[in-house]
Amino acid sequence: MKKPELLVTPHRVEDLLPLSEAGADAFVVGEQRYGLRLAGEFNREDVKKAVELAHSKGKKLYVAVNAIFHNDKAEELDDYIAFVQDAGADAIIFGDPAVLMAARSVAPNMPLHWSTETTATNYFTCNYWGKRGAVRAVLSRELSMEAVIEITEQAEVAIEVQVHGMTCMFQSKRPLLGHYFEYQGKVMEIENRKEAKNMLLHDPERNNKYPIFEDENGTHIMSPNDICIIDELGELVEAGVDSFKVDGILHSPEYLVEVTRLYRQAINLCAENPEEYEDTKEEWLERIEAIQPAHRPLDTGFFFKETVY
Amino acid sequence: MTVTVNDAISTIVNGKRVITKKPELLAPAGTLEKLKIAVHYGADAVYIGGQEYGLRSNAGNFTFEEMKEGVEFAKQYGAKIYVTTNIYAHNENIDGLEDYLRGLEEAGVAGIIVADPLIIETCRKVAPNVEVHLSTQQSLSNWRAVQYWKEEGLHRVVLARETTGEEMRKIKEKVDIEIETFIHGAMCIAYSGRCVLSNHMTARDSNRGGCCQSCRWDYDLYSLEENGEQALFSEEDAPFAMSPKDLRLVESLPSMIEMGIDSLKIEGRMKSIHYIATVVSVYRKVIDSYCADPESFEFKQEWLDELEKCANRPAAPAFFEGMPSADEQLFGVHGKKASHDFVGLVLDYDNETGMVTLQQRNFFRPGDEVEFFGPEIEGFTQKVETIWDEKGNELDAARHPLQVVRFKVEQPVYPNNMMRKELA
Repeated sequence: MKKPELLVTPHRVEDLLPLSEAGADAFVVGEQRYGLRLAGEFNREDVKKAVELAHSKGKKLYVAVNAIFHNDKAEELDDYIAFVQDAGADAIIFGDPAVLMAARSVAPNMPLHWSTETTATNYFTCNYWGKRGAVRAVLSRELSMEAVIEITEQAEVAIEVQVHGMTCMFQSKRPLLGHYFEYQGKVMEIENRKEAKNMLLHDPERNNKYPIFEDENGTHIMSPNDICIIDELGELVEAGVDSFKVDGILHSPEYLVEVTRLYRQAINLCAENPEEYEDTKEEWLERIEAIQPAHRPLDTGFFFKETVY
Repeated sequence: MTVTVNDAISTIVNGKRVITKKPELLAPAGTLEKLKIAVHYGADAVYIGGQEYGLRSNAGNFTFEEMKEGVEFAKQYGAKIYVTTNIYAHNENIDGLEDYLRGLEEAGVAGIIVADPLIIETCRKVAPNVEVHLSTQQSLSNWRAVQYWKEEGLHRVVLARETTGEEMRKIKEKVDIEIETFIHGAMCIAYSGRCVLSNHMTARDSNRGGCCQSCRWDYDLYSLEENGEQALFSEEDAPFAMSPKDLRLVESLPSMIEMGIDSLKIEGRMKSIHYIATVVSVYRKVIDSYCADPESFEFKQEWLDELEKCANRPAAPAFFEGMPSADEQLFGVHGKKASHDFVGLVLDYDNETGMVTLQQRNFFRPGDEVEFFGPEIEGFTQKVETIWDEKGNELDAARHPLQVVRFKVEQPVYPNNMMRKELA
């Protein structure tokens, strides 16, 4: 069976080699000026180095340009996209149509991946962006396994699905942490804490803890659990999903390398010997559990959870 | 934001500048009654939700029959009806969409407000007479993206609530497309469409109408340290909250009108007829007053006072003037009571006897000071004297919701005028 790409999110340039050795096929990098919720910050020099490293190992490198842009940054896009093309990146990830407009004018041959996270929820719309120039759609995390499979079957573009890590639940343009500290009369607090990205919102009623951080794009609230479906890859591989993403945001580089290694092995087994994969899948989950930080419970996201409305 | 005179939207009549391009005043309505009130009080257009594909599962939603009636009613006033069709659809929502959109076209709605390209494309195929307006759910906040949607053939775009006044002006200058923007009401604190708190917390899909407003709840903020979690608040502080004050841009209308914004939108399909009547009439007055004579326009405090009478949260200009400050969020409070209660809806008035026939909407009794308002009258206050029921029995108070009562009113009033009472 076709093996889906294993896509991971390095924190630093020096992570690319260990992640390549662990079995990653492709990387997402970028800078927060243009990209959302990246595991690490890659300036232009870093992007160039990352492209070289990735290509030297036969891997692909995608640059995230998926922020929600206002006029000021929308006008910088030509320059940034031209840079990304010159750097030799393999694709640009976008959500805002301004990126599509800029790419059409300065980099018409650059492959585009459509990713808005929460709003990629049906196959028609994935194909719509395909007709407008995207070669891949990154699906919303709030979809069931059944919906993901149906989209994959109906899609005329490649499909990317996040299989591991935390997901974004909320983005506000406002600096909500800074505002709370200001309300408390502790204006310096946010400056001191900004880089650490170690804050949590407690929701006592649900006994959940949501990571929350602030950056140039506003305030982001993340899921209380990490998705982990290393033991449920069978149907997705069979359906022909093109890319599995492991998001390492707010995890250590070492953790990401280990998780990448385990998914690589699980994907290989699942594609080459599905029966053995089925028989051993509990063991894959146990291996992840063994390295999972205590404050990040694992779950299966929305793959097996019904939502109503 | 400063007001920059824009000659493209005005003309000179008898030596005086008047605005010829008046923006549309767009009001929400959750029911047919609310729709009629909105139009009667001066809305140029009303947006409503249908039975499916809208974002307020809990709002009163219209059947096709009710839509037709609403469209017919609005037509008498030259007003238009739009239908919110702005979910992000899942595969399972695709079946039935074509029939639904044809139903909207048959009902005579002027346009739909849409976020998902699935619905945009399907509407153009099966209901080509219906205008397509891009919903704020697309968080549209730059002119290049607006240019994209114009090239896609959309009639109008609704901007993100995060767009500043200066950004709006530039968008309007750069792209020739109708721009709609929010001027009043409750707002998402997140970029619309980019929030799935409800999905995680209550298994309800926020982008298909299930939003349970988790962002208005209180949370405790901690940091994760090597020795465990550390509270980032003290006992006397209110908990972490992200509830925004409501938007109120009534004072910015002159600059929005001069920019040439095409449609000014009031939020609130769940709001009462009293709220809709109050807000629509204030904005109607300000728009008309500015457009008739911009040079001698002066903003009146009474307009703000009037809006306070139905406001259930403090208000702020949000992003219009730039990034909102911490003061534009609510900490430790979850809103406030409006200063006035809506107590009665005028059904009829007898000019000879001065007797009003009124439907009770809240408790009032003889001796209460009440206030009447409506599009036909200047607001006035008076004291309620003897109250009778429909059969002529004297009442000690109007106690029952929807009860029809009569009493004397000193000045003429008209059907659908409203009576309110200041809360103690």
